[in-house]
Amino acid sequence: MARRYSVRRQRGFTSIALLCFALLYLPIATMVVFAFNAGTTVGALEGVSLRWFATAWNNDRVIEATIRSLTVAPIAALVATVAATMAALATTRTASYRGLAFKVAFINQPLMVPEIVTAVALLVVFSRIKVWTGYTGIGYLIAAHIAFCIPFAFLPIRARLETMDLSLERAAADLYATPWMVFRRVTFPLLWPAILAGFMLAFVVSLDDVVITEFIKSAGQETLPTYMLGQLRRTVTPEMNAISTMFLALSIAVVTLFFFLSRKKD
Amino acid sequence: MANAAEIATAAARADVRNRWWLAAPALAIVLLAAIGPLVVVVLYSFMVKGDYGDVKYWQFSLDGWFSVIFERDVFDDTLKLADAHLTILWRSVKLSVITTLVTLLLGFPVAYFIATCDRRWRDFWLFMITLPFWTNLLIRTFAIQEVFRNEGVLNSALLWLGAIKRPLQIMFTDLGILLGMAYVYLPLMVLPLYASLERFDFRFAEAAADLYASNFKVLRRIIIPMVRPGIIAGSILVFIPSLGAYVTPRLLGGGRSLMLGNLIELQFGQGRNWPLGSALSITLTGGVMLALLVYVRAASKSGSGHHG
Repeated sequence: MARRYSVRRQRGFTSIALLCFALLYLPIATMVVFAFNAGTTVGALEGVSLRWFATAWNNDRVIEATIRSLTVAPIAALVATVAATMAALATTRTASYRGLAFKVAFINQPLMVPEIVTAVALLVVFSRIKVWTGYTGIGYLIAAHIAFCIPFAFLPIRARLETMDLSLERAAADLYATPWMVFRRVTFPLLWPAILAGFMLAFVVSLDDVVITEFIKSAGQETLPTYMLGQLRRTVTPEMNAISTMFLALSIAVVTLFFFLSRKKD
Repeated sequence: MANAAEIATAAARADVRNRWWLAAPALAIVLLAAIGPLVVVVLYSFMVKGDYGDVKYWQFSLDGWFSVIFERDVFDDTLKLADAHLTILWRSVKLSVITTLVTLLLGFPVAYFIATCDRRWRDFWLFMITLPFWTNLLIRTFAIQEVFRNEGVLNSALLWLGAIKRPLQIMFTDLGILLGMAYVYLPLMVLPLYASLERFDFRFAEAAADLYASNFKVLRRIIIPMVRPGIIAGSILVFIPSLGAYVTPRLLGGGRSLMLGNLIELQFGQGRNWPLGSALSITLTGGVMLALLVYVRAASKSGSGHHG
């Protein structure tokens, strides 16, 4: 059957688009395939095996970095989400006032400054504080992660609050519900998909961060991404592919959940 | 009446209280762990460099800013332009602009394809472009690095096909950084373009086609001008992280091809020149702010263009 004429058709666009999708996924697919390589290089496939996953699993430094990543990310995401939810309420459930736009821009600031600049800024300040207080623990990492996670949680939550129908909250307030009760019984149940979405974005952003963590970590405080960055300087074995593949699987799981959660409600 | 007025004032007062108390934690965290340190960097850029890194406190000098552009000759103390810095600054701007253009040229057809494809498939393709957007940049850079290496997939395939005799040197070149950045930032271009194209009303295109415009002319004269906000938003979303890129040039450019982000790191590491590093950081931030300003002006202009 001849293709029907359509004003929507642009010559070559479909081919370019499909080519782009192929180019986007081929490197990732290659990386995953070589994770199962039985050989020791990332150049030639010599049969299928799980040996590199076993190597990664038995590598104490990998496990330690993974545990650190999975400690920092949930704490940072949780604190950032709570602070962002409160801030989103404060900037939507209020009469408009001077400085409101400034406040919103202030909270979104970590998005506007290049990561490398935030990283050196924190390096400068934290290295001073480390000398003054003698404390070199994981608190610095968590504090920094909370700060740059806040805008990622703030944006979806605030967007949802802005588009939500106010009549239910007003009705509850008219029936003598205290502000806290209005939030707990009316606003929160309507808002929680956005809160969950914000939390997951913050979680992924914290988990993926490499630049800021690389600059402010104390000795021996590798997270999984900084560990990988350090290893990538050397000759890589398929162990890196195995680690990356597992990391990728975790990210995909969180993103998929986020995608369907945010799709259904809108 | 008085009672109602009292209630209204009390409510207004509670509102003012809430808007500060509720926002306080977020504001405090951002102030302490993002904006405050940035102010410190501004101060550091005006101080004298310490002997082993850090700075000499409260000794002010313009040396940091000075050495962004100039350097003193080691032997005769004459001034000359700091070629190394200028080369890196120029490379950062050049590669960011080209990356933006490449992603725009490739991203537009992708966004157009998603926006005009069958509804049942749209979510699928949208998901396929969102997925790389939210997966780890380091992992995606690693994946593309394995493709580009001399003994990597691309070179092995080309050698096997007999298309080349020796491996192509892509790693550690400007081209390698460029291709890598285009690869990792493409989704950032596609998503805002898609948002604009999805809202495009194809009745405009049909009207033009009825008046004998070719499909290409419809694209050039109707669609592209009307989705301009998406084009601007996508370009800015790609240009800004490209300008401040650190991971991609570090992995694909190695020590040979530095970008601004790597030059900044160098000053805080082996270079031990924190004032210079601070001045470079502020320069980079200034460049990003400039790009954002251009964006806001361009966006408001094209917005008003629609109404009037």
